[in-house]
Amino acid sequence: MQVTRRDTLALGLGAAALAALPLRAQTANANIEAAILDFTGDAELADGGVTLTAPEIAENGNTVPIKVEAPGASEILVLAAGNPNPQVGRFAFGPLAASQYASTRIRLAQTQDVIAIAKLEDGSFARTSQEVKVTIGGCGG
Amino acid sequence: MADGVKPRVRVPDEATAGEVIQIKTLISHPMESGQRRDDDGNLIPRSIINRFTVEFGGESVIDVALEPAISSNPYFEFEATVPSSGTFVFTWYDDDGDVYTEEKTVTVA
Repeated sequence: MQVTRRDTLALGLGAAALAALPLRAQTANANIEAAILDFTGDAELADGGVTLTAPEIAENGNTVPIKVEAPGASEILVLAAGNPNPQVGRFAFGPLAASQYASTRIRLAQTQDVIAIAKLEDGSFARTSQEVKVTIGGCGG
Repeated sequence: MADGVKPRVRVPDEATAGEVIQIKTLISHPMESGQRRDDDGNLIPRSIINRFTVEFGGESVIDVALEPAISSNPYFEFEATVPSSGTFVFTWYDDDGDVYTEEKTVTVA
């Protein structure tokens, strides 16, 4: 079989498409890292000090109840690693907040890790994450 | 998107000084994520509430930055300290510039 100019082109395109696949995943990771960097300013993230409560299995990704808690924290950032846009919300607690907890409902496009990062009293940061299995995604469609 | 947006908050009417009270808030809003497409395949533009704040006597209780990943009819639950009689002011900021507010007065006996 002779390799024509057209075949070569097609091969090249195929290879490019293949190479682009992991690139997409990388972009999502880069988005999360950028969001974390923006919040922490590249500070070290300790384990513990922040609690994230989310269901193990969410039947409907459109409303997944979550609760974040970090005693003494001034701010808590919530991210969803597998969403088109990883940012979910940012909670800042004022002087009249009796406790540093908040609960809300979020959208999850697919099964993924939900991440909570808290800025603690002493200026350090704590991180936690939990995987939520999503039966029906909550991103339009 | 000012039609049908109705804030609802649950705050106790009375408290003792320094008491910790639980507050629940809900506002009816579609929180259009900007990811969905209409029947013709056109992207529906994003239209969400992007900020929610609670203040008591000018002091902040909570200040939340919302992203499209917050579910429609955003719901929040949190705790506040009541130092004295006063009013909680709840404010929601819409992408389209609308601002919705709700007030609740708490009496310290």
